[in-house]
Amino acid sequence: MIEGTDGVGRSTHISLLRTWLESRGHAVLDTGMTRSVLAGRGIKEAKTGHTLGRLTMQLFYATDFIDRLENEMLPALRSGFIVLTDRYIYSAMARAEVRGIDSAWIRSIYGMSLVPDAVFYLRIHSAVELGARVLSSGRGFDYWESGMDLHLGEDFYDSFIEYQTRMLKVFDRMSLEYGFHVMNASRTVRSVAADLRRSVARVIDEPTATGEGPVHQPAKLKAGTEPQQKTAVVSGGD
Amino acid sequence: MISYGNHRFPGKLFVVEGTDGSGKSTQLSLLYQWLKAEGYPVFFSEWNSSPLVKDTTKRAKKRHLFTPATFSLLHATDFADRTERDIIPPLKAGAIVLADRYIYTAFARDVARGCDRAWVRKVYTFAVKPTVGFFFRAPLDVAIDRIVSGRPLLKYYEAGLDMGWSDDREKSFTVFQGRILEEYDRMVDEFGLTVIDATRSIEAQQREMRNIIVGHLKKRRFKAH
Repeated sequence: MIEGTDGVGRSTHISLLRTWLESRGHAVLDTGMTRSVLAGRGIKEAKTGHTLGRLTMQLFYATDFIDRLENEMLPALRSGFIVLTDRYIYSAMARAEVRGIDSAWIRSIYGMSLVPDAVFYLRIHSAVELGARVLSSGRGFDYWESGMDLHLGEDFYDSFIEYQTRMLKVFDRMSLEYGFHVMNASRTVRSVAADLRRSVARVIDEPTATGEGPVHQPAKLKAGTEPQQKTAVVSGGD
Repeated sequence: MISYGNHRFPGKLFVVEGTDGSGKSTQLSLLYQWLKAEGYPVFFSEWNSSPLVKDTTKRAKKRHLFTPATFSLLHATDFADRTERDIIPPLKAGAIVLADRYIYTAFARDVARGCDRAWVRKVYTFAVKPTVGFFFRAPLDVAIDRIVSGRPLLKYYEAGLDMGWSDDREKSFTVFQGRILEEYDRMVDEFGLTVIDATRSIEAQQREMRNIIVGHLKKRRFKAH
């Protein structure tokens, strides 16, 4: 991920996982939000201007996601790759919900997405802790990740805390609803990484059972095209 | 999020729909001139005109990056930007908004491309329901003739070449337009579109439109000089 605060260390863990999986002989595709060939650049440009409306933003993200799903993830899964994604539809759904957008609407847009084999939620205790991590990473607060478009506080910090607190709440609720594997991200990178490796190994060694996932409908895949491999999603606060 | 049919604005929204070559843009610009001359505040909004999305669409069309689903979603993104920027604010301010192509274009094209009918409708539920939706209906052969004679070369997506119906541009275009027209026809009742016979004279069509629109407007407050 190029843009975005990475307070919980998602991209660090994705790259550690990737190296580890490859050393075990698995082919890996890693992908993440706003990285699509189709819409990635457009989203970044649109965000720079700060004039992106709420609905427009959601649909732009959905375009990016479906492009990656159809052109990267599904083909990779069909040819036996393991797909690691940095954020999946849940981040988009959480951002939409915090912005007061009808969640049934968002869910129906993403209705064609694939239910992942596992979602790892890197959970941090509070927005204050996340804020401290963002600062120590040296990047400072980003307009969108501080929810500045929502006018929640007087400055970036107040707004960030309020916005991320709301995001955490939504993530916690989704975590129950969709059965995320919750990982305590307040620990050292080493111990989180070890935990992730153990959990991923369990998922990979399970026999493949495609489709049966929680709540949203599995992909509109035609018979005979079911992916043979696994998807894992690493998610976390914004 | 307020959904289709539930917005309440003092302004009025008139949209024109129809296959390419049905003459709807000509009619809309005549309407625009007339309303302006009558002293109404009028805004004009075109399909595929969001400055935020424009570059992405252009690049994707050039490089053939679209699938039916992403074609649909990117156009919905464009439309959402128009709604949030060009359509809702003037309607709130009591102005008249004229839209050249609206959500029905997406419903017709995306379903013709094989997207799920219910899914596409759901994606666009945020759209404001127009005061009147005019559908300019021209028989398939007339529309195709107007387009093919008026344009040097049909573009890739315009001709539906991405669908693999035919390698021949004109043949593919004919299949595509036929499917689009079928979708429009089924939307007339579903969305209460007002059908205008696009084979009549330009003047007759314009008179008919003005008669319908007058009934929806309050007496003008001032007249332009």
